[in-house]
Amino acid sequence: MAALLLIVRLAGERVAFPAADVEAVVEIDYVVPAPGAPAHVAGLAALRSRVLTVIDCPAALGLASGETPRRDAVVAVVDGHPYALLVEAVEDVIEAESEPVPLPMRTAPLWRRAAKGMVPAEGELLLLVDVAALIAGQVSEAA
Amino acid sequence: MDDLLNEFIAETREMLEALSGGIVAWEGAPDDRAGLDEIFRFVHTVKGNSGFFDLPRIKALSHAAEDALAAVREGKRRPDAALVTAVLAVIDRISELTEQLEAGEDPGSGDDTSLIEALAEQAPGAEPRAAASGSLPAPRTASRTIRLPIELLDRMMSGVSDLVLARNELARQLRETSAAADVTACFERVSGSIADLRDAVTRTRMQRIDSLFAPLPRMVRDLAAETGKEVVLSIDGGDVELDREMIEMLRDPLTHIIRNAVDHGIERPEGRKAAGKKAGGALTVCARQAGNQILIEIRDDGRGIDAEKLVAKAVSSGIMRADRAARLGAAEQAALIFEPGLSTAPEVTSLSGRGVGMDVVRANIERVGGLIDVASAPGAGTTLTLRVPLTLTIIPALTVGAAGQAFAIPRSAIDEIVRARSDAVRLEQVGGAAIATIRGRRTPVLFLRLLIGAAAPDAMADQNLIVLKLAGGRIYALAVDEVHDHEELVVKPASPAIMTAGLYAGTTLADNGRPLLLLDPSALAGRAMLAFDEDKEDSAAEASAGSDSAPALKALVFRALDGTRQMVPLGAVERIEEAAAKQIARTAGRLRVTLGDRILPLEGCAAIPEKPRIRLLRLTDGQSEIAYALDEVLDIASIDSPIRPAPAAGPIAGVALVGGEQVELVDIHWLFAAHCAPAGAAAKPACLLAGSDPFLDTILRPVLEGAGYRVLREGEPGAEAADTIIRLAEEDGPGPAPASTAHVVRIRAQPEPAGEGDDSIHRYDREAILKALAAPRPKRRRN
Repeated sequence: MAALLLIVRLAGERVAFPAADVEAVVEIDYVVPAPGAPAHVAGLAALRSRVLTVIDCPAALGLASGETPRRDAVVAVVDGHPYALLVEAVEDVIEAESEPVPLPMRTAPLWRRAAKGMVPAEGELLLLVDVAALIAGQVSEAA
Repeated sequence: MDDLLNEFIAETREMLEALSGGIVAWEGAPDDRAGLDEIFRFVHTVKGNSGFFDLPRIKALSHAAEDALAAVREGKRRPDAALVTAVLAVIDRISELTEQLEAGEDPGSGDDTSLIEALAEQAPGAEPRAAASGSLPAPRTASRTIRLPIELLDRMMSGVSDLVLARNELARQLRETSAAADVTACFERVSGSIADLRDAVTRTRMQRIDSLFAPLPRMVRDLAAETGKEVVLSIDGGDVELDREMIEMLRDPLTHIIRNAVDHGIERPEGRKAAGKKAGGALTVCARQAGNQILIEIRDDGRGIDAEKLVAKAVSSGIMRADRAARLGAAEQAALIFEPGLSTAPEVTSLSGRGVGMDVVRANIERVGGLIDVASAPGAGTTLTLRVPLTLTIIPALTVGAAGQAFAIPRSAIDEIVRARSDAVRLEQVGGAAIATIRGRRTPVLFLRLLIGAAAPDAMADQNLIVLKLAGGRIYALAVDEVHDHEELVVKPASPAIMTAGLYAGTTLADNGRPLLLLDPSALAGRAMLAFDEDKEDSAAEASAGSDSAPALKALVFRALDGTRQMVPLGAVERIEEAAAKQIARTAGRLRVTLGDRILPLEGCAAIPEKPRIRLLRLTDGQSEIAYALDEVLDIASIDSPIRPAPAAGPIAGVALVGGEQVELVDIHWLFAAHCAPAGAAAKPACLLAGSDPFLDTILRPVLEGAGYRVLREGEPGAEAADTIIRLAEEDGPGPAPASTAHVVRIRAQPEPAGEGDDSIHRYDREAILKALAAPRPKRRRN
């Protein structure tokens, strides 16, 4: 059985997170800023008794963080720490048609380090995004 | 010892359980050798074990049963029904006694002679006497401990944490919706149960610190053998309980400290002998609980820290500038061992010097919300003190606010909290750096607002200063906008992305369910690159003055009521208090002040001060106390200039230069000699007890004497002149007290006053009686 993908809208594009990396999809209603942390760290949010580190994905990609209140977030646990990745919208969970394949050419600088490859699903080619790279931030190369 | 006893109880209980089948079998077939042997082994083992403990009853019972059964085994005696009954009665009694032991009761007294006699060979036909004791044994209670997987405890703990947060959220919503009273009451009950549950679950995570100390003897033995040293390890306080996770977090730092102590601290036997010490070095590890902290002290009597070498290394490796290093005090020099990259070990040995230094130890201790301090005396040894919170997960913290955001600060690091506008504080900007002088102690100030990238505060005076104490005694003040609350917080490690900020020690959830960042006091200091120059300058001056001669006298400098500058040795000051002028009265020939229920002689003023409130120093010589009135506390100073003695003995010992000004030194010795010398009976205020109620003599007298009164009865010498009289309201009859030249305090037996004009005091209201006695005399002409 092929891997499941979580389709989100990020930086104006439909991209895929490997569903295996994703623990939950939540709405974040309150973010406590963490002064001094890198720019792509929006702050902290509470999910039940857990404290999530909130990652501003557009900022992690090197874009200006959007002005509209983004509330959809993808929860992922990396190295034992829970994170909430703010995205523009969470769209769907679909089945990949095959294994991801390497990108045949260089992507736009924006996605260069965040992209793991591409994956065909529902007759479309989607960019597969690396959760850990987004969390690490500064994924776009200075073009 | 307790452990051994518990083992004894557990073993006896297990044997009894295993034996129960055998007893029944033996009862049915007394000639069965296997059943007999089994029971014999039981009483034999119990007899042997009970000999280790002071358990005379169990020992006597098992001994008697063993003798009887031995005779049967040797064929000298027939196992008749009487013997079987008697042996079973003994076994039941042992079982009862074991249960009493387990329940913590003392099975010391009790008569077992009838049971023991019943074991003796009976004349044929005699009734077995054991039947007399034939009450059935109480059903044995099941063992009260079970083993649980730690994961289950962790799940319980996180479940309870969720519960606490849900409760807090519910509480908030209830407040907003102003729910009906019965709903609120019901919620309070739920809330209380949740708090109890959390306490209980927290306790299940506690473990005796023994498990941390248990491997030490072996480790020290191996280390000593490896390094050719002799080390005597003593461990104390193993029954202190600590969070299981905390114990794991302490394991590595403790191991490292012990390694250091054996490897670098304790000298080789020949070296120790040459230094006049015992060949075997003493290494002491002790733990004790102090409030909600655990103190672990690791002390060796080795060579101590080579402070000079340490300082030289700090300078040569560029950690510290030479001029600053030269000003370090002894404690600060020793604390350099916590700096990364510093070690005085002459060579890297197999034990230490693997690149893991004391800086890592300190970082680990601080990560769990603890502190580490070092004290060292050259040639005499080193003491490391770890202070850690009881649990890793629940840290007592203070929540503060800056620029509208709340943060938490671990309470273990907080020395004190002062308002910037307080009289005792001066906040100044010196070349762009903020310095606070708090009661004469200068500390650098960091503004939390600036650290978090917000604008500087509008008004400095509105800031609150949190004085934080770092390892090595370094101190700085963190200025915050608001001080919110003390909270017990469940702290979790923060993600690396948050930690890169270099400000935080972890994350937590506040009572309102919102995430809260726990500030890391030493990281804040490091980020602001606090040099601690200012602070060190002060303390270094003191330390250097102390090092060449006798230790410099530290004194509290103040302005006396008459305007002169005076000082008292700091060690004699118990505390500084405020008192209202009405607490001061001239009684029995001198000024006295009532503080709580005590009367202290008052010095430093000749008459009752005119100001409504005055400040007082409470001076102590360790036994008695004297109050000393003053106008204002000015500073704490070291007296390093010579003291010019006063021409005559009196309350002033002499004068010395402090900060270029003449300051009179109060002669503490003279004061205490004047007040507390073999209490001249007349020096105590006299109090006459008028009336015949035995209450006066048996109950009231000791209270008054304890409070410093000389108690007189009518007719005794001096009774006429007593200026305070206690009368019984009942004997006077109703109405106000009869006019008298003396100060009269009337007491009554009834708790409630008899009527409107009744000015008497209930006789068991000790505080009110003492206050009334010490109250200033009503102006007599008014009467």
